[in-house]
Amino acid sequence: MLNVKGLTVAYDDTPVFSDVAVKFNAGKITGIIGPNGAGKSTLIKAILNLIKAREGQVDYNGQPMKAVQKQVAYVEQRKDLDLTFPIDVFDLVLTGTYGKLGLFKSPGKAEKAASRSALEQVSLSEFSKRQIGNLSGGQLQRVFVARAIVQQAEIIILDEPFVGIDLQSETAIMRILKQWRDENKTIIVIHHDLNKVTKYFDDLVILNHGIVDYGPANEVYNPKNIESAFSADLSSVLFQEKEGAQ
Amino acid sequence: MASLIDFFNALGKYDFLQSALLTAIMVGIMSGIIGSFIILRGMSLMGDAISHAVLPGVAVAYMFGFNILIGASVFGVLAALLIGFVASRSKIKTDTSIGVVFSAFYALGFILISMAESSTNLHHILFGNILAVSDSDIMTTAVVLGIVILFVVIFYKELLVTSFDETYAKTYGLKVQVIHYALMLVLTLVTVSALQTVGIILVVAMLITPAATAFLWTDKLVTMLVLSASVGVVSAITGLYFSYTFNWASGPAIVIVAAMLFALSFVFSPKQNFFKLKRSVAR
Repeated sequence: MLNVKGLTVAYDDTPVFSDVAVKFNAGKITGIIGPNGAGKSTLIKAILNLIKAREGQVDYNGQPMKAVQKQVAYVEQRKDLDLTFPIDVFDLVLTGTYGKLGLFKSPGKAEKAASRSALEQVSLSEFSKRQIGNLSGGQLQRVFVARAIVQQAEIIILDEPFVGIDLQSETAIMRILKQWRDENKTIIVIHHDLNKVTKYFDDLVILNHGIVDYGPANEVYNPKNIESAFSADLSSVLFQEKEGAQ
Repeated sequence: MASLIDFFNALGKYDFLQSALLTAIMVGIMSGIIGSFIILRGMSLMGDAISHAVLPGVAVAYMFGFNILIGASVFGVLAALLIGFVASRSKIKTDTSIGVVFSAFYALGFILISMAESSTNLHHILFGNILAVSDSDIMTTAVVLGIVILFVVIFYKELLVTSFDETYAKTYGLKVQVIHYALMLVLTLVTVSALQTVGIILVVAMLITPAATAFLWTDKLVTMLVLSASVGVVSAITGLYFSYTFNWASGPAIVIVAAMLFALSFVFSPKQNFFKLKRSVAR
């Protein structure tokens, strides 16, 4: 279990959120939702030690995150990636083995085999020699998921993995997430599309500069919580539609 | 053709020309390799800055008579640290911080060199003087070449991953700052070696132009490194030939050849696809 205790993050003097306490369970796919600027990505980055928290701590099964760094895979939002970089799909996936290899060791047969197998799992084997700039958004996202597979991590964190990708890629990624869940890994997904929340996630964290609520998705995803995190208007539209459909 | 035969005859006859050629080739290789990482990391300006910021170190080394590699390394790394410090501890952007720091170092270097009262040296530092390399210069250049190759071979995967995806490298605990400053240190060593061939003002061309040329031809990092080093070597040899034959300054001659190779690649490389791009724009 990934346990976040009393986490406070601020940029300069503007707090993003304060005193966040939340637990992420193993064997569950946990979604994080909240309006733009609610602090979703910031929470993830603080958990990953990419930004310094002002207060609070994060541990995984009682161990501090620093001690389990190599057990974490992170698929970030691809905004600033250099798509012209001279690297092909296979070599990118292979970088997933670097963490566990450590310094001075080069990827060998086992690492290359793992990368090939990961590419197979996301149905991109025939693209392995392709330069990464020549992929669609969905294919690129699947490549990064393949890298996460190669990392053999226990905690996998994805930041808006379904933004701007095709349905085939979305389905493929969802299949991998479920596979990880079956392997009892801890999966955390920042998500923007409220419609699919209960379909995709076992647990849900609703965030708006602090925790609005968290727990099993079908309990937490209710009009009251959505109203308090987003707006009353949005909540009425979303849940009216649902009732209408039923 | 006759001039080519002349050049080779002279190569057989004159030690100074052999030394020049050997040094130029080594500098071509090392700057091509390190330059590749510099352009892939979007640090062309940083390369320019470091190459200028070593000047006070060179001056101090001349004044007190110790190895210029040491003097230059201290100031090169100091400049890199200061640039990082100013950019991270203020709201100033990195390129602005680079501009402020390197021009200050460069200015300090000029003042120190004028205090040392050695104007010939200043001219050589600024524009290179490859026909006057000593045996100890060749040795130093060979050592730096060895360091560059070892550094890139040993830390190849770290250099690759921090150049391509720094955030990912951080998540698995790689000390990306250490890699950054190690690269800066190696960059200053390359800069000092390249001073001899092309001079401080044109060092950046040897770092950037061969790497940019190689980048246009390949999608593989290893291939890019080899190609970039090759372009560096071809530029160095051809430039030296022009320099000897037409009595051009060696540094500018080498840089012009590199630029010509870039221009050819710009037009003909498959990646750039100049003609196709032009056609699609015209449509």
